[in-house]
Amino acid sequence: MSMRRILAAPVLAFTLVAGAAGAQDSGLGKPLTESDIKQWDIAVLPDGSNLPPGSGTPTQGAKIFAEKCSACHGDAAKGGIAPYYPALIGGQPLTNGIDTVKTIANYYAYPTTIFDYVRRAMPYNMPRSLGDDEVYALTAYLLALNKLIGDGDAMDAKTLPQVKMPNRDNFIMPYPDRL
Amino acid sequence: MSQGRCRHGAPVLDVVAGNGLINRRALLGSGMTIAGGLAAGTVTGAAAESLADAPWSLAVGEIMPAVQTPSSFEKDVTRALSNPNGEFRTSHARTPHQRLGGTVTPNRLHFSINHGGIPNIDPAEHKLVIHGMVRRPLEFTLESLSRYPLVTRMAFVECAGNSAPMFAKEPLQTTVQMLHGLVSNAEWTGVPLSTLLDEAGIDPTAKWLVAEGADAQFLDRSVPVKKAYDDALIAIYQNGEHLMPGNGYPMRLLLPGYQGNMNVKYLRRIKVIDQPAYSYFETKNYSQILPGGKTWRFHFLMEVKSFITHPSFGQSIKQPGLYAISGLAYSGTGRIAKVMVSADGGKSWGETALQGPIHDKAFTRFVMPWRWDGQPAILQSRAYDDGGNVQPLRAEFVALRGEASRPVTTPLTFPNQHYNSITSWAVDSTGAIKHVYA
Repeated sequence: MSMRRILAAPVLAFTLVAGAAGAQDSGLGKPLTESDIKQWDIAVLPDGSNLPPGSGTPTQGAKIFAEKCSACHGDAAKGGIAPYYPALIGGQPLTNGIDTVKTIANYYAYPTTIFDYVRRAMPYNMPRSLGDDEVYALTAYLLALNKLIGDGDAMDAKTLPQVKMPNRDNFIMPYPDRL
Repeated sequence: MSQGRCRHGAPVLDVVAGNGLINRRALLGSGMTIAGGLAAGTVTGAAAESLADAPWSLAVGEIMPAVQTPSSFEKDVTRALSNPNGEFRTSHARTPHQRLGGTVTPNRLHFSINHGGIPNIDPAEHKLVIHGMVRRPLEFTLESLSRYPLVTRMAFVECAGNSAPMFAKEPLQTTVQMLHGLVSNAEWTGVPLSTLLDEAGIDPTAKWLVAEGADAQFLDRSVPVKKAYDDALIAIYQNGEHLMPGNGYPMRLLLPGYQGNMNVKYLRRIKVIDQPAYSYFETKNYSQILPGGKTWRFHFLMEVKSFITHPSFGQSIKQPGLYAISGLAYSGTGRIAKVMVSADGGKSWGETALQGPIHDKAFTRFVMPWRWDGQPAILQSRAYDDGGNVQPLRAEFVALRGEASRPVTTPLTFPNQHYNSITSWAVDSTGAIKHVYA
């Protein structure tokens, strides 16, 4: 019976600590606020949620592209060494074959993906070196090159999600029950 | 059918299917003698020589190292690199399955793909944040995760682009490593993701997570909450040691049976959301074009598959006689139930022995004795899982998924994704092995 008494003390202490932090709680996670996470919270969703303030035009984007992107992606985004540095303009119809090169114009479902990926990953050798205005400008430039917006259209948190991508409604899901 | 048994009850080397496939139970038990049947085409070795002591037995051996490395005679057992010079692009390292046995991929040979190089992460500084549609955002470290009661499981991880060269209209003459080296299998240890989501207080209406790494691309993927609560882990050990840098050190998401890219490495953030993010990788690379031009999204599942590793392309059979056909089988939906092997290009099939224990969503090795009579043979394997899924024959697969429209000149390209049909090795009368479609 003395054994039980020895064990009882730490169990009681644990219950009290856990009770303070929540019933199912280990107390091992450190609580944060969303404002602590703001700098990390970069994922932009197709409905435009989480797009930052700022804007940019195709003309501004062309200048940035020539300086920071064309070394790999070629002049006017016509492509570098295939398949590693793909063209960012044009694209064949997907009916050409199951190995058709996927591009912004023939494949992407949402324009927000361009903004999100450029901001998180490009330029390859200097990720996160672009400001949000520059990312908007590059996104606008790529959309305009692909005739998906006009040459004078500025992209920002309101206009970008409204751009309709040609392949958006062509997707089907093999396993909808898994979602 | 067995026509007889030796003294201890093991079956004799009965042929069970065409071109010399032998009862799978043969040679696996104690007391087996090679009875009858084998006489035709037995070893025709040189006359016996008298045995002498080898030089390594006549001197003291080498000093023991702190970290073991394989024998110097194994130095060519390496991963195959797509980008050995590290140019600014994605790099792949493929596992040499044709040089390995068993089911556990050694950590140094586990496949790896990195889209922005391998980050050198200080585990004392690395943080994992869970936030979004939760009652209370939380931050974890390797130290705090290590204090949980950890769980351990086997799981394969397979790139959705593994076996992609087999979309080629003509079979590429290359090894198992180059065709199927973007899958590996390990014992993973970590914390169930559901435990952490419950602690953060996930909103019951949330359907998706965005999982994001701390690599140079902040690689991110959308993951269904359903999968997170099924069997997802935050893995911190791989085969008993902390993760390899190329496999996500110090922590990664493990989604057993789901495409490798979703098993986000260097995991730093999980945001609970109400819609998928359509990140770059789920939008483009890991989405497939179907014949006719429709496109598949959120495929996720790596379906039932197998391939023969021994014998296979690059190896040769020296003389007629007894060999073991051996290979790997796995399914993203469950356990392997059965693997059939053919030595006559699919005309007849025999059931293989499975090396246990058979784990959920993990490699299972199959083995089958085979007596090669010196005539041409076509070796194939076909896996069945415990959910009733069957590895498709090539004709079935091509009818559904198509073939590349352009010639495929290198196994390093990805004409499409999620290939899980049969691999065929043709043995000619000299014992040379070619890759064929049959």
